[in-house]
Amino acid sequence: MSLYALYRDGHGAQRAVDALRAAGVPDSEITVISAVPMEHFEFGEMNKATRIWYVASGGGLIGFTFGTWLTRMTELAWPLPTGNMPIVAWWPNLIVIFELTMLGAIFATVITLMVAGQLLRRRPALYDPEVTTGEKILVGVEAPRDEKAVERALGDGVKRGGGE
Amino acid sequence: MSEGLPPTMTEDLLRPLLRTSWRFYLLVAFLGSIVAMGLGTWAYQMYRGFGMTGINNPVYWAFYITNFVFWIGISHAGTLISAILRLVNAGWRRPVTRCAEVITAFALMIGAMFPIIHLGRPWLFFWLMPYPNQRMIWPNFRSPLVWDFFAISTYLSGSLLFLFLPMIPDFALIRDRSTGLRRKIYGLLALGWRGTTKQWHRLESAMQIMAIAIIPVAVSVHTIVSFDFSMAPVPMWHSTMFGPYFVAGAIFSGIAGLIIAMATLRKFLHLEAYLHPVHFQNLGKLLLMMSLLWGYFVFAERLTTWYGNDVAEMNVFYVTQRGSFAPLYWTMVVVNFVIPVIVLSLKKTRTIAGCVIASCGVCVGMWLERFLIVVPSLSHKFLPYSWGHYRPRPVELLITVSTFAAMALLYVLFAKFVPIIAIWELKAGEHPSPALSPVAAHEHALGETHA
Repeated sequence: MSLYALYRDGHGAQRAVDALRAAGVPDSEITVISAVPMEHFEFGEMNKATRIWYVASGGGLIGFTFGTWLTRMTELAWPLPTGNMPIVAWWPNLIVIFELTMLGAIFATVITLMVAGQLLRRRPALYDPEVTTGEKILVGVEAPRDEKAVERALGDGVKRGGGE
Repeated sequence: MSEGLPPTMTEDLLRPLLRTSWRFYLLVAFLGSIVAMGLGTWAYQMYRGFGMTGINNPVYWAFYITNFVFWIGISHAGTLISAILRLVNAGWRRPVTRCAEVITAFALMIGAMFPIIHLGRPWLFFWLMPYPNQRMIWPNFRSPLVWDFFAISTYLSGSLLFLFLPMIPDFALIRDRSTGLRRKIYGLLALGWRGTTKQWHRLESAMQIMAIAIIPVAVSVHTIVSFDFSMAPVPMWHSTMFGPYFVAGAIFSGIAGLIIAMATLRKFLHLEAYLHPVHFQNLGKLLLMMSLLWGYFVFAERLTTWYGNDVAEMNVFYVTQRGSFAPLYWTMVVVNFVIPVIVLSLKKTRTIAGCVIASCGVCVGMWLERFLIVVPSLSHKFLPYSWGHYRPRPVELLITVSTFAAMALLYVLFAKFVPIIAIWELKAGEHPSPALSPVAAHEHALGETHA
């Protein structure tokens, strides 16, 4: 169960977020949902820290290792003398290694987005379609510890919804 | 919402998805019949054999490889341009990016078909793929065709994801506004998107990484396509400048394709309030710059060949400058250089119509350029006794025509099922993030929504 309220603009949402903080709700438990990114408000900066860049680099490294292994292993397993080139020919191999490095980085980025952004989440989550249809901003708390304090902080028009 | 954006923006951009006129069905039937004709022609070619084409000894590459290079070039419109505009945070990119990214996805699919169409036995295409098999035969990684496979696969995968990620919030918007089966389908495509601050930040970071990754991949793709030629000791192919020459040409034709697509969408989907003249003017300036760069590359290539005075290369040089290919060559110079430079240099003529005229010329000219790279060199190799001729046959012409219809059909279908302009990005343009808006970006923002 969760508690939430919808706000017409970012200022109202910011006031609600500030009130929730004042009521002792940590940032990690506050959910703000909007139809567009709201980075011009302070609450839009919540949950900004991400390791996606490191994961993408790691994905690139995996792609690089795989590309190196694939080309070398293939050339040694099926030696094809071609145009006086060595059996393991690094110049052309670099092309395949480069492509697989980038592919690794791209896939790692997308997978991280899915996981860290909690996409494909199966559990019911706090949401209200009015966020997109009415261009409202949702501020809420999933499974609040102190329901009354949260209700007071959110002000008028508090709704109960799904979520944990 | 931005000052210049109408309050009915969401409804305007969702209208093509929610309402279907008889014109849409007529257009799909028309384009679909041309595509069906192309597929039938390909089946006929497979049944009767490759001798149905005009390809012969020594011209083993002709229309199909020309089309391959042309479509891969057109694919550089989208992802590359969109990635660059995203990275420099150009405010005017917002209505343009998705139109562009779609071109990449479909042009790549069509372009990647041509090496398969060109195969005598296309069902053995999978032999290019590196996988453990009982034959114990692996692809030769020293073959440029295998490099093509890796480069195009990477670019296609990256471009599809680069196109798909920013569509997720728009899918969520459509999900919330629809019912029944449509809600289910768009719900699946939205992947459970809610729009939490965490999701927006992760999406933004992912798009930045994708943009950074996709630019070198895009450059590598056309460089590798150029390697198909420059790795061969054929007159006027074996050149170190082919990589950048091909990349510049690809971006050039890509921008032209994008301008034509945007003008068509603007006209037929009534997107005048979103695709402003300033977008065409900015793209027109890019097209002008690429036209000058293309002219520079052609001059450098021609001067180096002429100055070197190698007999075999001069044979190809003269057959294109004065011989049987001269009409095509000079048409290419006029439509790729003379017309764009004249039309796009003058502010008075750098209108939507002017940009479209120049772009149509560039598309024709760039196709001719690819043809003039492939055929004259192959038909005039080192020894005159091995020289030959090439004349396209109906199967090649029909398949070529059908790919243009396929591109149009895929684009029309896409615009029917997905907002062709990113709604959330357009709305977000009203309040650009302070972190993403350095002082210098103010100038870019001027072009954002002005009519």
